[in-house]
Amino acid sequence: MRARNHAEGGEQAAAPPSRADSDGARAVLEGPEIDRALTRIAHEVLERTKGGTDITLLGIPTRGVPLARRLARRIEQVENRSVPWGSLDITMYRDDLRLAPARALGRTEIPAEGIDGRVVVLVDDVLFSGRTVRAALDALNDIGRPRAVQLATLVDRGHRELPIRADYVGKNLPTSLRESVTVLLEELDGSDAVLLGPARPRGGQPIEEEKR
Amino acid sequence: MRHLLSAGDLSRDEALLILDTARELAQVSGRSVKKLPTLRGRTVVNLFYEDSTRTRISFEAAAKRMSADVINFSAKGSSVSKGESLKDTALTLQAMGADGVVIRHSSSGAARRLAGWVDGAVLNAGDGTHEHPTQALLDAYTMRERMGRLEGLRVAIVGDILHSRVARSNVLLLSTLGAEVTLVAPPTLLPVSVGAWPCAVSYDLDEVLPKSDVVMMLRVQAERMQAAFFPSAREYSRRYGLDRDRFARLPDDAIVMHPGPMIRGMEISAEVADSPRSTITEQVTNGVSVRMAVLYLLLGGSESAIGN
Repeated sequence: MRARNHAEGGEQAAAPPSRADSDGARAVLEGPEIDRALTRIAHEVLERTKGGTDITLLGIPTRGVPLARRLARRIEQVENRSVPWGSLDITMYRDDLRLAPARALGRTEIPAEGIDGRVVVLVDDVLFSGRTVRAALDALNDIGRPRAVQLATLVDRGHRELPIRADYVGKNLPTSLRESVTVLLEELDGSDAVLLGPARPRGGQPIEEEKR
Repeated sequence: MRHLLSAGDLSRDEALLILDTARELAQVSGRSVKKLPTLRGRTVVNLFYEDSTRTRISFEAAAKRMSADVINFSAKGSSVSKGESLKDTALTLQAMGADGVVIRHSSSGAARRLAGWVDGAVLNAGDGTHEHPTQALLDAYTMRERMGRLEGLRVAIVGDILHSRVARSNVLLLSTLGAEVTLVAPPTLLPVSVGAWPCAVSYDLDEVLPKSDVVMMLRVQAERMQAAFFPSAREYSRRYGLDRDRFARLPDDAIVMHPGPMIRGMEISAEVADSPRSTITEQVTNGVSVRMAVLYLLLGGSESAIGN
């Protein structure tokens, strides 16, 4: 299972952890570096899609959504036209639903033009096992038929469990399975940072097994 | 495993979780593929001991949109007509491995009894004159979507309160959610215990109407009446029916609700029932979304996120 640190992140929104956390997390990306990475990704998207006339950006809640919005804004600044963007909640398509109590749903907002025939760029904060992206592909399938689907992620931390790769990566971050990666974003947490912390119980299986 | 037996068992947070989940799930009805894979491989049994069109179809549509397998069971033409008891039917369902049982029964408390006999989640779809929690949830959902809020909303529930499980569930849920409920009925159609309910009571519809944001009309349930509760249908209709004149006395943005089935000309006039401010068909649509949310929250995870 992928440790979606968002889950905890959402609850921390009111009081974001400080950079040098008591549990020893250290910042591997600061605000300006995240900005530069997103600007680079925006240009890469335009280059790869030949001007991006038919792209739709879809952020995966929670933290993929503000990232998608930021990417859309950057592409707009470069190309001087608006880019449809929205959010795609994948909760109902997760493969680990039965390992935890039913979760609250995130928002799904598909831009009015739909996704049929468009190049959909999925946007997420951390790429880990690839299971979230697998779920997102299933979710897209029920909504329409895009011409192509691409994946942009702020951090790729490795440890894939499925044959999935990102087309655009902000930073490749080699991690051990025992480390945690937490993305903080201004819109939700008050400041931008990517934190690398020491072992935390991974969301999902081990905790659930203790419960049983 | 937890159940949904009474609207009163839901905390404010749980009720809001259901309504928020329902709002997201409502989008599914607008898609070309109206289906989610979430409850694939789960079995939901619709156990209906009482006639029902709306609720049974609504639960069936909700379960199917979540990809659950649905088994419909109605008392007519089954082993029940041969004299089988509720408990034995429950044990049969148990042996077939039902993950969720939706029960409608003419006896109050049937759902709670059933919950003690089966391992699956029990959803009360109406037990006698007691409760109908998913109806209250879809009513609250409809009010929230139309009026934008529930907190402080003034709701009048009018008609046969005595025999209405919808009224009881609505009073319990709406008071949890912060709405102010007033029950309006002739004294003979109010339960004795109404003084202990978290709501106000009035006998005078005309006095309550101008102070209401939502008016919910209830059907007079003649099939449950063994005595005369009012002199004549015409007199009841004149004093407690919602006709054009009374409708005009409502605030301009107020809405009219009815859980159905309605008797046009008795508790509600055709003109009011068909007005754009009547939410009667909207309630049916919302019912599917709300029941999808309840099924997901009860059956979707390793353990239920709501219930008692």
